[in-house]
Amino acid sequence: MMRFLLLFSRQGKLRLQKWFTPMSEREKKKIIRDMTTMVLARQPRSCNFLHWKDLKVIYKRYASLYFCLAIENQENELIALEVIHRYVELLDKYFGNVCELDIIFNFEKAYFILDEFLIGGEIQETSKQMVNRSIEASDMLQEDDISEWYEVELFG
Amino acid sequence: MPAVSKGDGMRGLAVFISDIRNCKSKEAEIKRINKELANIRSKFKGDKALDGYSKKKYVCKLLFIFLLGHDIDFGHMEAVNLLSSNKYTEKQIGYLFISVLVNSNSELIRLINNAIKNDLSSRNPTFMCLALHCIANVGSREMAEAFASEIPRILVAGDTMDSVKQSAALCLLRLYKTSPDLVLMGEWTSRVVHLLNDQHMGVVTAAISLITCLSQKNPDEFKTCVSLAVSRLSRIVSSASTDLQDYTYYFVPAPWLSCKLLRLLQCYPPPEDGAVKGRLVECLETILNKAQEPPKSKKVQHSNAKNAILFEAISLIIHYDSEPNLLVRACNQLGQFLQHRETNLRYLALESMCTLASSEFSHEAVKTHIETVINALKTERDVSVRQRAADLLYAMCDRSNAKQIVAEMLSYLETADYSIREEMVLKVAILAEKYAVDYSWYVDTILNLIRIAGDYVSEEVWYRVIQIVINRDDVQGYAAKTVFEALQAPACHENMVKVGGYILGEFGNLIAGDPRSSPLVQFNLLHSKFHLCSVPTRALLLSAYIKFINLFPETKATIQEVLRCDSQIRNSDVELQQRAVEYLKLSSIASTDVLATVLEEMPPFPERESSILAKLKKKKGPGAVSVPDLEDGKREGGELNGGGERGPDSAAMSASNASTPSPSADLLGMRSAAPMSAAPTSAGSLLVDVFSEAGPAAPSAAVNDDGFLRFVCKNNGVLFENQLLQIGIKSEYRQNLGRMYLFYGNKTSVQFASFTTTVSCPGELQSHILSILRLNVQTKPVEPVVEGGAQIQQVLNIECLTDFSEAPLLNIKFRYGGALQNLSLKLPVTINKFFQPTEMTSHDFFQRWKQLSQPQQEAQKIFKANHSMDTEVLKAKLLGLGTALLDDVDPNPENYVCAGVIQTKGQQVGCLLRLEPNGQAQMYRLTLRCSKDSVSLRLCELLAQQF
Repeated sequence: MMRFLLLFSRQGKLRLQKWFTPMSEREKKKIIRDMTTMVLARQPRSCNFLHWKDLKVIYKRYASLYFCLAIENQENELIALEVIHRYVELLDKYFGNVCELDIIFNFEKAYFILDEFLIGGEIQETSKQMVNRSIEASDMLQEDDISEWYEVELFG
Repeated sequence: MPAVSKGDGMRGLAVFISDIRNCKSKEAEIKRINKELANIRSKFKGDKALDGYSKKKYVCKLLFIFLLGHDIDFGHMEAVNLLSSNKYTEKQIGYLFISVLVNSNSELIRLINNAIKNDLSSRNPTFMCLALHCIANVGSREMAEAFASEIPRILVAGDTMDSVKQSAALCLLRLYKTSPDLVLMGEWTSRVVHLLNDQHMGVVTAAISLITCLSQKNPDEFKTCVSLAVSRLSRIVSSASTDLQDYTYYFVPAPWLSCKLLRLLQCYPPPEDGAVKGRLVECLETILNKAQEPPKSKKVQHSNAKNAILFEAISLIIHYDSEPNLLVRACNQLGQFLQHRETNLRYLALESMCTLASSEFSHEAVKTHIETVINALKTERDVSVRQRAADLLYAMCDRSNAKQIVAEMLSYLETADYSIREEMVLKVAILAEKYAVDYSWYVDTILNLIRIAGDYVSEEVWYRVIQIVINRDDVQGYAAKTVFEALQAPACHENMVKVGGYILGEFGNLIAGDPRSSPLVQFNLLHSKFHLCSVPTRALLLSAYIKFINLFPETKATIQEVLRCDSQIRNSDVELQQRAVEYLKLSSIASTDVLATVLEEMPPFPERESSILAKLKKKKGPGAVSVPDLEDGKREGGELNGGGERGPDSAAMSASNASTPSPSADLLGMRSAAPMSAAPTSAGSLLVDVFSEAGPAAPSAAVNDDGFLRFVCKNNGVLFENQLLQIGIKSEYRQNLGRMYLFYGNKTSVQFASFTTTVSCPGELQSHILSILRLNVQTKPVEPVVEGGAQIQQVLNIECLTDFSEAPLLNIKFRYGGALQNLSLKLPVTINKFFQPTEMTSHDFFQRWKQLSQPQQEAQKIFKANHSMDTEVLKAKLLGLGTALLDDVDPNPENYVCAGVIQTKGQQVGCLLRLEPNGQAQMYRLTLRCSKDSVSLRLCELLAQQF
């Protein structure tokens, strides 16, 4: 299974953190620190895999963002690399040419999309169409109410 | 602030995020956050009831603040309120907040569980999915208690929507991992297995993770999944790239599902059903074939997905380890990848080959790639790839290529990355020791290690070289000479000084004949390094000096002078001062005899597992990837034995400091190396050196007989040990009957499942023309489960029917983690165990000797001494053999004669033995005369390897 997924910028700013097993805040902070230092120190054109403790760390850079996925030791590195890619595709499809700012300003969406794709560190649905269908369905539910919120915002 | 692309757009949130991003300093950011927190707090506490939207916005802001790394101590209640909103987006944010920030506030958990319960029964699939995601994300015990029985129902209900099924399957998996005791198997289990047949690929993809986990824990209940998985895999593998529509990923049909299916099959042995197996082999062949086809797309995603399946298929082939054809094809495929332009593929090929190297079918095929791997070690730009290359070289090393591999690793060490040097050093040290045929090569290698990477040579490594030199008299002179030369270098590493000090202190006399390395020259050389060394090394050197006084009386005055000088005798370091004072006194008042006794040469170190190996294991952690556990243990078996943790320096000190214990000198050498198992090794009494038995690398399925020969002259001890398992034996024999207790110790913290042992009497016993059963071994079955850290016991009853020369085989099978472990050992039941000692006079002995004068009755061997020729050691061995050791029989007092009767059910075989040592030539002549010729032969064979 997957243990965690981190998205961080080239400056080491964390943009998304998903933990698939319970972990204390202290542990999380340590892992985030380890991952950013380790991955950011890698030379370009190195391989995308690292060993870290008893886990394998799969990372890939997309524009200014690093995606860093930790999987258990017996898991398949290449397919994990494509898990990252599929997630990027899902984000891209939703935001249209996704960039780091989309993920910063709509972080909750990035989490929702991830939840439709992965649950508990395993893949729930690999089909792009299926995932997008559920995300769009929930957006439809939102659009219905949007005028009402807009009003509230004006007074708030 | 960029326009929000889609969805609801909480303006206030966007503004806040934008503000934070504009903060110039950390302080400004904290100030802005505190202002926001105060604002939200006042809103939550205010008199005016907040509407759903505001609540959602503030909860979302809190979440954002938390994700930035700040503590949040309020807002949980508001989030829980959002859960019961009937607006989807409010509910969604509520669930997100709970998933990220839940704490085990029990009051809150009850409320959350209530909301989840409502959503689960709402029959609204989107709400149900949200609730299930939340359970999976939190996965707490409380949630398992509340929902573990509900979720299986949702999963298998006929009217559940596919998307809900998918979430339910993975949610259940999460709960099973947190609280397996709460997820009860039931009628739903068989229906879960059949989800493998589901029409919806998404459902299969989600369900297979659940099925794999359940199969690992309950293989029998789920074994029907094997044939279902094979047929599903076969349909995918043979489908055209467009058949599966959106489940085709860059022209590869269902890569995730294929990998999962192949992974599921790795929980089981090869299918027994011929048709299923045939179909599976066909799939594997197709996958291997596809690797040779031209790519359907240039995109890296295409090749990654395709190769992901290929690597998983190779893992399955390695797991089965039974199809030589496929193994060799897998190896060739990986060989191609070794030179691929994709770094990832080179990395994975190196990693995967490490496991292939341990299969007897592919070990040789892996070895053919040695040049490529060495090249990778030298030229890869990426350190993690180089690391994998080093791992593979270590895994593929055997007697035939050890010298080359060790040489290459040594030369790599000079430029190796600091991060992997220590591990490389350990590996070189282990290989050098494991495959040393001549020990001068071993000594050279270790000294080179110290020269090249002295800082990374840990204590374990230099202790080890000393242990080995002490235990092997044939290499002592060479070691002294080499280390003396190494110390000539103007700058040498402190570890070199330590080894040099120790070895010259013990064996300097062996090179003292040469005027270029006369005692004084040796001493001056060592002492020239003294002032540059740390306190522990100086302490060691002082011990070496006092040893010099004993070895070379002519150096006494010089050394006493050194000891007497203020910088020693008044040294501010207590340890150094004490040594100087005591050694000085010892050298002045003790007589030569006393001095010789106190400072006698170190006795051989008792057998222990190599401490370096233990260190490497520790370094690599329990999930060591590169060196398969079992294989490792098998190859090392009983080859490498030494004094474990005990440092040679402190051992040397025990001799001189016996009267005044100091912190570093507590050790009464041998005793500190206490036996580790319930079946104690008789460490001190029988020093059966086993270096010489270091056989060529045994392939994984071969019988391990390293331990076997160590037990000819003893009945108790550790028969086998690797990272997982330790097997100790205790045995007793009377007449033609014997009883053997086997102790199986689980060294891991994980349970061994399906633990079975069988004893068989192979070879001649069954295939003998007359089919006489020569040895009757009855076993009582063992428990099928060995808990982590536990030890179980098994009793064997043995009856010797007639004389025999093949040993019974013990086969052990068990599951550790997912993998089946299989191990065969020769049980040390040898014909001599049934000896009754016979005392007789010199006259009787020679009379019997003459009676047994037919040529076939006598067996004789002349051989070189492999072990110490010390009288006491020899006597102990001969007594351990089971015969009576007869004094005053042989006119030559140097010789040993023994007599005994072997008791079998059918007959008694009288045996006489004579062992003539030749100390000068380091040779023995062994003669046996028995009333049955086959017994003479067998005993002669067995014994020739004991001395």
